[in-house]
Amino acid sequence: MNYAERLENVTVLGASGKMGSGILLLTALEMADLSLKPENKDRQFVLNAVDVSDKALDGLMKYLKVQVQKAAEKKVVQLRKVYENNADLVDNKDIVDRYVSDVCALVRPTIVLESAYSSGLVFEAVIENPALKIKLLSQINKNSTLNKNGADAPWFFTNTSSIPVHELDEKAGLGGRLLGVHFYNPPAIQKLVELIRAASTKDELVEFALAYAKNLKKIVVPSNDFAGFIGNGHFMRDALHGISEAEHLSKEMPFVEAVYTVNRATQDFLLRPMGIFQLIDYVGLDVCQYIMSVMSERFPGEDIHSPLLDKLIAAGVKGGQFSDGSQKDGFFKYEKNRPAALYDPETKQYAPVSSFQAACDARMGPLPQPPLSWKTAIKHPKKEAALEEFFGKLAGMETPGAVLAKRCGERSREIGLKLVSDKVAQSEADVNTVLLSGFYHAYGPINNYFKRELVK
Amino acid sequence: MKKLRKRVFMAAGYNTISLGSGRKEFNPKKPRPGLEDYIKEAGQGTLKLVGGAGNVDEGVIGNFMASKFNNQGNLAALIPFIDEGLKWKPSCRVEGACCSGGLALVTAIKSVLAETADTVLTMGVEVQNTVKAVYGADILAGAGWYKERKTGHAYFFPGKFSDRAGEYFRKYGLERTRKAMARWYRNAVENARLVPTAQEFHNTQEDLEATAMCKPNPRSFVENLTVYDCSKVSDGAAAIAVMSEEGLKKAGIAEKDAVEVMGFGQVEADLTAAPADLARLDTTAEAVKRALESAGITAADLGTVECHDCFTITGVLSVEAIGLAAQGEGADFVSAGHTARDGKIPFNTTGGLVGWGHPTGASGVRQAITIWEQLTGKAGKWQVEIPENRPYALSISMGGNDRTVVAIVYRRAA
Repeated sequence: MNYAERLENVTVLGASGKMGSGILLLTALEMADLSLKPENKDRQFVLNAVDVSDKALDGLMKYLKVQVQKAAEKKVVQLRKVYENNADLVDNKDIVDRYVSDVCALVRPTIVLESAYSSGLVFEAVIENPALKIKLLSQINKNSTLNKNGADAPWFFTNTSSIPVHELDEKAGLGGRLLGVHFYNPPAIQKLVELIRAASTKDELVEFALAYAKNLKKIVVPSNDFAGFIGNGHFMRDALHGISEAEHLSKEMPFVEAVYTVNRATQDFLLRPMGIFQLIDYVGLDVCQYIMSVMSERFPGEDIHSPLLDKLIAAGVKGGQFSDGSQKDGFFKYEKNRPAALYDPETKQYAPVSSFQAACDARMGPLPQPPLSWKTAIKHPKKEAALEEFFGKLAGMETPGAVLAKRCGERSREIGLKLVSDKVAQSEADVNTVLLSGFYHAYGPINNYFKRELVK
Repeated sequence: MKKLRKRVFMAAGYNTISLGSGRKEFNPKKPRPGLEDYIKEAGQGTLKLVGGAGNVDEGVIGNFMASKFNNQGNLAALIPFIDEGLKWKPSCRVEGACCSGGLALVTAIKSVLAETADTVLTMGVEVQNTVKAVYGADILAGAGWYKERKTGHAYFFPGKFSDRAGEYFRKYGLERTRKAMARWYRNAVENARLVPTAQEFHNTQEDLEATAMCKPNPRSFVENLTVYDCSKVSDGAAAIAVMSEEGLKKAGIAEKDAVEVMGFGQVEADLTAAPADLARLDTTAEAVKRALESAGITAADLGTVECHDCFTITGVLSVEAIGLAAQGEGADFVSAGHTARDGKIPFNTTGGLVGWGHPTGASGVRQAITIWEQLTGKAGKWQVEIPENRPYALSISMGGNDRTVVAIVYRRAA
């Protein structure tokens, strides 16, 4: 099977989820572009979008149409060439409309899992539950209509963000036909794909995945097959550090103020796109809890668990996003997607940020000067020098906010280095690339800004 | 062409802002004024200066594609919407692509010459931000021959002028020409920054020439032009009164506050024929030649010019079409700063199409207003010096790929 043949019949499982829908969109565009090549005119391309609810699939198709239209508008110059022999397609509008209908025509939304049985490639993007993933993968593999011992045996990609690929492969009996292809949220925007091969994974899958990711214009970082990989290997430990800082601070101030303080230190003082608690909300408290439990079982010597998250989830505080991409309430309550209030587990109420913000900010002390924000840093023409200056100033500051931020920066660096020494990441550069392109950070965690001797 | 048989004047100009990307108040997601709002604002601006609708005999409005951008035809009937006093006054809408405003001016001039009117309310309007640029390109492609649309570029007109730029690069040198185009962009934005109605009024970009020297990206746009080489998508309207001596008197406008039309050239070329030489605007050259002849002057008598710089390369080509530089020398003429506001002959002193904006049907009328402001000392912060020995001004309005062209020569009336 060559590249095009492998993509002739594809299934995405969990297609209407936030990761699945992005993977479906990108795959649909790639398949459509293949199908429009003259040499593929006799091939029938099919993309099964499998999920459990018709309602969610309906929403998926609406999302798909809007996104494909945007993509078509962006690449209309190339699309005019693709459709140059269609005399009836004259205006850009004709061409964009046709492309949208051509892409959508490939996609078969369905709640019937059997649709996946004839797929040459199955992309799994269901929730982070090992048992469910294993059940689906093994069921499809067992019932596949393709010859499982031949060259056209079905291949499986998993978007797991934490479960070791070799475990899934072994337990689902896939014989090396599984590869971890971990997209970042939202897949249509974030450039990063972590590629995780198990020892048993066949070379052909990796070769194919590299070609596929390249066509999707993704940045590929290989991660070794340890729970959490690089991305969550860093994020979960970083989150636990933030939580422990907040718990520590809450001995001297109300809980909501402690959370606010740590969130602000990790955002404004560390120049990140969002503070650590907002990021937990964004990913979802329940998703974090799931990933931590997967990691915890596989790193028995390390405490990867947060009773605080358990407590909030039990109270129904979960974060995550609505299907339109807007933020659900978690640690923070959101108004127009901006944090407006903070959850107090004692009163089970949200307290408005404005009621304590000024006092907290004053207690933390000023930001390093001249001011720099994440937004200006990422676009700064002399980014390195600007970061050097900002963190140079921070290093010399002893205000509570600065001291807290330095501890968090230092911890983040330590986690990054440990991922390399534990052989999860193949290099320091890989760790930095994951944070830069998957989390949109302005700088990698392994840097000279937060070296222990500089931070003291 | 002979001298005009009767004195014709223009006065009482009014521009709305040119709304579109770059203006702080522009938000594509929020509702914006409609076609009729722009017409009303500009029309009322001019009526106020001519002493009311009672002093107006006819109306003419230039517009290119309201039928597609706004699903609106019969624009002449929006003239009485400006003021009840315009009800039942003879009015018409004229269309000649981006020269629609230029055609509105000559239509009004001819009414005065034909003595059917002493004062013609002369307008242009276009409201283009109703569709995304990718679909606006389809609509604007109507200025070319529709049978070429299929083989044309997604961005049809940028594609046409990219071909012209490419030919000019090939004949006269790439670096030299790109430098001139970047200088054209700088002049346009620097001029527009002085004019509160201009689309680039809020532009604060430093080092404009370096910005404009970025490389074209043919994968997402055209081969030889960048976005800085293009006029933007604009909403706006412009109005001016075209008048006889009697018209001026009735309105109580002194001749010193008016410009006189000294001559004009109106030229049409075959829409289906390819340009003879892509590196030359021969229809524009012919229109300018006729305008100068009918005014009895040469290009050496011009103190300022408003040219149709829909693209920076068109500015360079216009310098040559007017005869201010030999063919192939226009780029150096521009790079030397001769067309800047403090140069030998300031061009497009309110920013031109690149800087002020290009609401297509309004541009020709907007050019006449800029000239009226400059020649009568009403240009405020953007006033340039008009040398006493070169008191004439020239405007060039061009439709399509150098197909429909109107050139007009003006001087201060007294």
